[in-house]
Formats: sequence, C-alpha cells, structure tokens
Amino acid sequence: MEAYAYAAPSSIAEVTALLQEHANDGRPTQILAGGTDVLVQMRSSRRAPRTIVDIKRLQETNRLEVSQDQIYIGSAVPSARMQENSELKALYPGLLEAADLIGSTQVQGRATICGNLCNASPAGDSIPALIAAGAVCDIATQSGAREMAVERFVVGVGRNALADGEFLLGVKLPRPGVGTKDAYLRFTPRTEMDIAVAGVGVSVTVQDGICSAARVAIGAVATTALLVPDAAKALIGSTLDDDALQAAGNACQAAAQPISDKRGSAAYRKKIVAVLCRRAVQVAGARAIER
Amino acid sequence: MSKLHITTSINNEPREYLCEPNQSMLDVLRHELGLTGTKEGCGTGDCGACSILVDGRLVCACLMLGAEAQDADIETIEGVAGDAGLHPLQTKFLEHAALQCGICTPGFIMASKALLEKHPNPDEATIRYWLAGNLCRCTGYDKIVRAVQDAAAEMSHPA
Repeated sequence: MEAYAYAAPSSIAEVTALLQEHANDGRPTQILAGGTDVLVQMRSSRRAPRTIVDIKRLQETNRLEVSQDQIYIGSAVPSARMQENSELKALYPGLLEAADLIGSTQVQGRATICGNLCNASPAGDSIPALIAAGAVCDIATQSGAREMAVERFVVGVGRNALADGEFLLGVKLPRPGVGTKDAYLRFTPRTEMDIAVAGVGVSVTVQDGICSAARVAIGAVATTALLVPDAAKALIGSTLDDDALQAAGNACQAAAQPISDKRGSAAYRKKIVAVLCRRAVQVAGARAIER
Repeated sequence: MSKLHITTSINNEPREYLCEPNQSMLDVLRHELGLTGTKEGCGTGDCGACSILVDGRLVCACLMLGAEAQDADIETIEGVAGDAGLHPLQTKFLEHAALQCGICTPGFIMASKALLEKHPNPDEATIRYWLAGNLCRCTGYDKIVRAVQDAAAEMSHPA
C-alpha cells in the first residue's frame, strides 16, 4: 500500500516550498484542484503520489475576474462557476462551449480548465479554445510568477511545461474588443459524454466586414493541440468568404498529424478537421458581427 | 500514515470523522459514517450513482477525497426527505415507476434536485443533458424524465 499524505496550504509560498522540498527529496507530489482526472488516475495506479497538495484553499486560485483589460480564471475555478458568469459567457462563448463539452454536470461541478490544460490530453477540449483566445498561463514559482503562452504549455501527451516547485495559478485572457468573438467545435460520435475525434478553436476579429485578426487552433489531431498560423493568415484580410474558409480548412488539414485509433482513422481526422475549421470560423464570424 | 481529522456539515448537521489522505468522500460516507444511500457504481465519475451536493454543487463523491470536505456543506440522499415525508422528486419517481433495481436512484434524485434548484421549469432537452452523467440500465430513462417533469410541475404549482 502506497503511503499518502494530504496538504491544503493557504498561501502560494507554502505550496511552492512544499513542492520544492519534496522534489529535492525525490518524493513525488500531486497537485489537486478539481481532481476529476487526478483521482481516477490515482485509482488506476497510473499515478501513485505520496503527497497530495490541494490548491483549492488559495485565494489566488479561486479568482474569476472579468476586468476592463483582461480576464483571469484561477486554477481552482470549476467549470460550473465559469458557466454561471454571464459576462464571461458573452465575451468568450467558444471557450465556455468547449468547457461545457467536458464531462457531466457532476464532473463540471469540480473540473477546472486549468486542470484540463495540466492533464495535457491531446483531446482536451478547452486547450484549442484557450489557444485561440490567446490565453497566457500564470505560473507560480519559488521566485515569483512566470508567464507562458498556452500553446507552449503542453509539451507532449500527458506532459506540461511545469518545472519542479511550480504550479499553475490560473490563465489570463485578453478582454476581446468589439468585433472579436470565438467558437469551438468538435466532432464526437455521441452528443454527450464523449472524447473529441477532432476539435477546432477559432477567434476572429471582423472590422467593417473584413477579418483583421484571427487565431485558429486544432485539437485531437496531434500529440498536443496546435496553433495553426497559416489558417489565421488565410482568414486575415478576407471577408470570411468561401475561398478563405477553404484555405483555412486546408491549412488545418496540413498542420494535423493525427493517429488512427478507436475513435477515428488518421485520414478521417484530417478530413474532419478541415470541415470543423470552416464551420467554426463561420460561427465565430457570425458572432463577431452581432451587435 | 496518520489519519486526518475533518469537520464538516452533512445534511445540515455538524459531523467530524477521521479519514485516510487518499480515502474518497464516497468511502467516508459509506464506511466511516454509515450513510449507505450514496452508491458506488463505477468509481471513476462515469455513472453518477454517487452524486451528492457539495456547497450546493452536484459532484461525484468518488471523485472527491474525504479530506476535501473540511468546512464544506454536504448533502446526501439521506437528507432529501423532510419531516413532512418524501420530497416531491421521490414521490414522483415512485408514481412513475422511474426505478427498478434502484442502484442509480439516489444519484438521479440528487442530480434532479440540483437541476430543479437551478432550473425550476426545465424542458426535456435540459433535463436529458443535465442527467447525462447518470446512468440507468433498467428504465430506459423515459420514466425518469417524466418523473422529473412532473415533480417540477408540482413544485412550481403545489396542489
């Protein structure tokens, strides 16, 4: 029987000190926020941590703030709490849709988008949406905070960029201006309780009928979610017409490096990721011109 | 490994218990506190049989540690019926035969209760999406949906 310990510190310094001390001694730790991935993994012995560090007692990780220039979503904020914030929902409908696709009502009562990010599944639905939104990770270290673009945070299947002694405090998102909106679409065989075969997150800015800025990210078609700059380039300067959509979809297809598994073949994923891109751009574009 | 001493509130009563650091809330409820109304189905958050309310939010007790309940406000199936008798959801589940073997029922009642607290008059699609995390292998779900609709109607317009 593995020996466990549980700690629920109330300050960032306590958490980082605990993580560093254990790392120095070679004793494994596991950060616990919503726990909807971690506890399942612990039970199946994929993770056998000696010390569970619960970060839900920190004031900073419970921040959910929508201010004039940015949005902050703390790493202990459950998905259900995000969904209850009508201002956040109006500003980032795509990100909220992505979070709402993850798990049941029960799971969303605990699960966090920062946990989805740290868990680093190739099919994590909130990750392409966060990349499209231009989100930045706020990482606590022993010497203060450091920031990192979300697209650099996930470094492989189940692996993130956190070093020993570090943990994710939250994500910062720019407050979208008038004419900027996002969308996230995924394909699953079932309508609920399923894992993406492919997913696409899109953010577009439309000024006077012309797309002036765009970010496109794809999920479940490579080892990590990917930002696709060529898809954005195809959209910028266009009226989001059929040719631009086609070119953006083709760029997503070219960037995808999927595997074949029980959820879909590589060829099918390449095809569907282009379709999802075109549709997601249409949804985001329609939202961007709503006044 | 020393046990943790946790103080919490369960069904509006202060409770305290000792638990292992890796012991689930489900295990604490059933084996430390004798509250066996909350059922274990899958143990991985897929079936919803262990649904409880924590600070008013629906959660799977198997996806929470007993240690995380410190200072929380927990509600389980044992707290649903009041002094006046069964909750309308419980009555309607009986009237509509919305249960057969019954293992999933406490979870469905807790999930439905959380639904009606947030959406007093849900349409059928809202009910089905909200309850998508609760699995039942007996009823085919239709009777459950009808029972929730009927309970919602009665709770908003008591006879």
